[in-house]
Amino acid sequence: MFLKLLPVLLSMLALVSIVLFLIPDETLVKYMGEDSGSKGWVTAALIGSVALIPGFIAYPLCGILVQNGVAYSIIAVFITTLMMTGILTLPVEAKFFGWRISIIRNLISMAGALIIGLIMGFFL
Amino acid sequence: MKKFQKYLFPLVFLILIGLSYLFDFVAGEKIGLNFWMFFKEMILFLPLMFILIGLFDVWVPRERIENHIGKKSGWKGTGIVMLLATLQAGPLYGAFPFAYILWKKGCSIRNIFIYLGTFSTIKIPMLTFEIGFLGLKFSLLRTLITLPVFILIGYLMEWYLKDKDFEVKQP
Repeated sequence: MFLKLLPVLLSMLALVSIVLFLIPDETLVKYMGEDSGSKGWVTAALIGSVALIPGFIAYPLCGILVQNGVAYSIIAVFITTLMMTGILTLPVEAKFFGWRISIIRNLISMAGALIIGLIMGFFL
Repeated sequence: MKKFQKYLFPLVFLILIGLSYLFDFVAGEKIGLNFWMFFKEMILFLPLMFILIGLFDVWVPRERIENHIGKKSGWKGTGIVMLLATLQAGPLYGAFPFAYILWKKGCSIRNIFIYLGTFSTIKIPMLTFEIGFLGLKFSLLRTLITLPVFILIGYLMEWYLKDKDFEVKQP
């Protein structure tokens, strides 16, 4: 099972490395920072969904974003989609669940992330 | 030949990264560092995950899984899956093989998706890390809000998939 997954995983990791390089922190701050409004929400959900980023990268990244004035509710959306939904990781997921269910799971999770962000906005 | 094709993209990628280092191409070097970081994580976690899955397959009898987290398991089952997920570490793609083995042993659809949701966003080993970067209040609130949302997603997926031939495949 491991060897069968390996080529897909390697390709995915290569793509994620490229994407992570193409989206620098400053860009994230610019689109999700203060007064970004609904644009910030959309950016957080979309960029967060590009790939499945593990927590040890996601948390420090979000720490930087908070220091630069990104709202906590947007951070919640970003962090949840980062870890929960991944378009680049879909081929790996589809090997287990099939394409249709994988896409549905990712879409529902994205909606869930937005709900989490909305509720967080009430408290913080 | 077909096997080679599958490795073509990673191979070209690695050659380009190698060339970047040779010619001091900064963008390529940065991408290479990113890749190395992800690769290390994969190589550390996945073999462990597969050993865990292997042991789980041999040692845990199907009836036990069916009784505790199967179709008729209820809230206690949900609790068990969540506990299982929060204690593990690693990226979400490491959870897919484990979801497969849970499914094979008779875990319910709802609990499979609750497992994936909890595994991806709430991990006790990572919680201290999150508190360090984002503060206690944020981390606790996020955990408390995220849990019910993911339980709901589990119910949604179960409701959507109940009349369809859902299966977790072995790749």
